[in-house]
Amino acid sequence: MNSALTVRNIVVCALLVALALLPAYVKITGNIFVLTLFTRIVILGLAAVSLNLMLGFGGMMSFGHAAYLGIGGYAVGILAHEGIYSGLVQWPVALLASAVFALVVGALSLRTRGVYFIMITLAFAQMAYYIIAGLARYGGDDGLTIYKRSQFLAPLDLTNKVQFYYVCVALLFGAIYLVHRLVNSRFGLVVQGSRSNDLRMRAIGFPTYRYRLTCFVIAGTLGGLAGALIANNTDFVSPSMMYWTRSGDLIIMVVLGGMGSVVGPLIGAVALLVLEELLSGITEYWQIILGPLLLLVVLFARGGIDGLLSQIRARVAA
Amino acid sequence: MSEPLLQAENLAKRFDGIVATDNLALTVKAGELHAIIGPNGAGKTTLIAQLGGQLAPDSGRIFFAGNDITALPMYRRGRLGLARSFQITSLFLDLSVLDNVMLAVQAHAGHSFRFWRSARSEPELREPALAALARVGLADRAERVTSALSHGEHRLIEIAMALAGRPRMLLLDEPMAGLGPEESARMVEMLRALKQELTILLVEHDMEAVFALADRITVLVYGRVIATGAPAEIRSNAAVRDAYLGEAESTDHV
Repeated sequence: MNSALTVRNIVVCALLVALALLPAYVKITGNIFVLTLFTRIVILGLAAVSLNLMLGFGGMMSFGHAAYLGIGGYAVGILAHEGIYSGLVQWPVALLASAVFALVVGALSLRTRGVYFIMITLAFAQMAYYIIAGLARYGGDDGLTIYKRSQFLAPLDLTNKVQFYYVCVALLFGAIYLVHRLVNSRFGLVVQGSRSNDLRMRAIGFPTYRYRLTCFVIAGTLGGLAGALIANNTDFVSPSMMYWTRSGDLIIMVVLGGMGSVVGPLIGAVALLVLEELLSGITEYWQIILGPLLLLVVLFARGGIDGLLSQIRARVAA
Repeated sequence: MSEPLLQAENLAKRFDGIVATDNLALTVKAGELHAIIGPNGAGKTTLIAQLGGQLAPDSGRIFFAGNDITALPMYRRGRLGLARSFQITSLFLDLSVLDNVMLAVQAHAGHSFRFWRSARSEPELREPALAALARVGLADRAERVTSALSHGEHRLIEIAMALAGRPRMLLLDEPMAGLGPEESARMVEMLRALKQELTILLVEHDMEAVFALADRITVLVYGRVIATGAPAEIRSNAAVRDAYLGEAESTDHV
């Protein structure tokens, strides 16, 4: 809440500045691989930020967030396949399609609680997975190659790696700012109150369902945006990008970085994917190291990495 | 001062053949602190739940400020100015104390599809919330996480939340339950100050507190009113003595 000079805030600012300046580092060192890695990290960070809006702030344990990535990605892929390359068409369609899907899933799943909510969101995501895997015209199981990236007005050119990276970073920062505004608004207060004690919220006169559903749709729409970016980044979409294990990866990023913190999921995405990169260079069985690390975070750092950083501040102040 | 603010007529409620409220009539005058006492199982909580809108009566009518509120849900009664606090505290434990009370203010401030402006810096939410916290003596706790506060302070937050909607009348269901002597004394002091400005219906087991605060007392036994009157009348009422005979909380001790 306070914008004081704390360890946590310094780390967050350093991370954001580093992301913004990464292309300069790449230009000096010529290390293109880092740019490729971080483009992926930034996009998945955006997906994790969107999941956190419903999971961390709304307390809605969606186990189907990858579906929005898939729907956003396929909106771009299918339109490109049909010869429509304009990003001004593709991206709004991607957002709209994921918003509509979120509206349907949310309208049904938000009438349930707990395990049932998790199962319904998972079931819908798997349904979307199988439907898309069954689209023979668009590659079915094998996926769909995208021969041209989304086209915008000159001079914006997504085939330029540095430009594309900056588009992703700008959208990520924009999404973080949007979530920050949302969760601190009246709307955000209602959503968080509903996470904390929904019965009481209804008792004092809030029709919580419609606020939770709105939150769910906004989060799903942002997930669709991340999907459109993935499609452009890999020039390829396949059903595997919306498989349920991908939803699990996103939950891990959110929990690792810190639920209910606006930048936590980004920290989680950076930590998880960099760790994955480093550990997989050491051993093929890198998940054996990653697993216990995650366990430690869940057991001893309830607020994730962001929570740990905030505790350092508390100790320094004490 | 003397016109009725809350009125119940012929109120009845039964659960599986047990009569919890038996053809009950009750009048709370504007400006008074009216206490309801009675032995365990007399139907006090059932009564306050019907007045607050948590339970629907089987028959009878309830009027508040001239409106028939019998069929209104809890939050609609809240909007008319009838606020209730809960016997079991039910707060937003992981939010700040101020957020808890601000949500109670926000509940009365129209729809909440406002996505951009920071709610915590809106004076129309923040100021009434801080004022309500100040009235219960928790102004210095506003920024703390609610779960870090004591049970007694949680009860005070409950009352601050009830006050946040600027009600005309408070329904308080055992506000002293589970409080230590010091916290109880603090609660009594606070209620004494509140009764200058509000009409209060108080259900309470703590007889010392009831006789210290109440303008009038209604005694319930088996869902029926056996006496209503000023504390002195109740103290000397034979039927009341009979009802409490053998109970630890005899009115003789007061």
